[in-house]
Amino acid sequence: MIMAVLEILVYPDQRLKQKSKPVEVFNDSLSRFIADLEETMRAGPGGVGIAAPQVGCFERVIVVDVSCKPRIKNHGRLVMVNPEIAEKEGNVVGREGCMSVPDYTGNVARWDRIVVNALDEFVHPQTYVMEGYEARAVQHEMDHLDGLLFLDRLVSRRGNLFPRKVYKKPRNAGRDG
Amino acid sequence: MKNWFMLTLVGKDRAGIVAKISAVLYQENCNLGEASMTRLGGNFTIMLMIQFDGLMRDLDRILQPVCDSLTLHYHVNPIEGELHHHREPDVRISVHGADKAGIVADVTRALASAGLDILNLESDVAGTSENPLYIMNIEGVAVKGITALNDALQALDCGSDVEVHLSEIDILRG
Repeated sequence: MIMAVLEILVYPDQRLKQKSKPVEVFNDSLSRFIADLEETMRAGPGGVGIAAPQVGCFERVIVVDVSCKPRIKNHGRLVMVNPEIAEKEGNVVGREGCMSVPDYTGNVARWDRIVVNALDEFVHPQTYVMEGYEARAVQHEMDHLDGLLFLDRLVSRRGNLFPRKVYKKPRNAGRDG
Repeated sequence: MKNWFMLTLVGKDRAGIVAKISAVLYQENCNLGEASMTRLGGNFTIMLMIQFDGLMRDLDRILQPVCDSLTLHYHVNPIEGELHHHREPDVRISVHGADKAGIVADVTRALASAGLDILNLESDVAGTSENPLYIMNIEGVAVKGITALNDALQALDCGSDVEVHLSEIDILRG
């Protein structure tokens, strides 16, 4: 199959703000589109996900693949048609950028763990339990299906603590810190 | 328009400063670029990129009356106005704890020697006057890698009442 890199819509193109419709027709044309969508995602530098509306197709299809990132739990290449979040928990802030919003990144709060139901590209229903970076990628792409960009969910860069490692040498043991 | 200037304004804070200043600049055909406004110790501060066809003295003529009326100090510098080339940070360092002299110097010296290029730094003094709490957030590029910064912070001793957190910023591009 010959695949094509599609043109990415760039905000403030208002088409990015519209809600996409569920896929109802599953045919060769959809398969070809999914292949092109994935090709477009892989052509973008560092792109780990893409949603159909980013290329001007307003149907509920996303492709996510975070397997290129080291040390991150992932399901590999994922094609999700008509995805729905069935369960969600936890809240974590992370930095996001978007092929449709060049030269800007911002902090966004997302569910840390989600359960997603979707059809795969072979129209088989699938359920994915995912967390962290991969869950963030899926939520970012699913937002596109509802006309939302990460710009709609920015939290202040000031005052966000997301600690992982603490460098503290106890010097005055017994003293309150 | 080709000339870029950096306007710095400092003064007593009050509601409506940004609206008044930006209205005057708009009326005088200035284009605004990037800006950073914050209150520091209750004072109004802003740094604002202005694109303007005229000269510094023309900006003086525009700014003097409105700044006088708002009792603001202003300062203008000609700058290179490079847009659309943001550098993205790959590491974030948060410092919080007792407010004491030397925290910024100690932490930033250690980080600089380990290759941190700071892109953004913000700090607040919170808590109470009896028990001040210092909070600083830094974002930057780990030029020599994250491990070098980790090592530098591990060797740093800020005391038991100050915590330093480092977290990688792994930007998700979707």
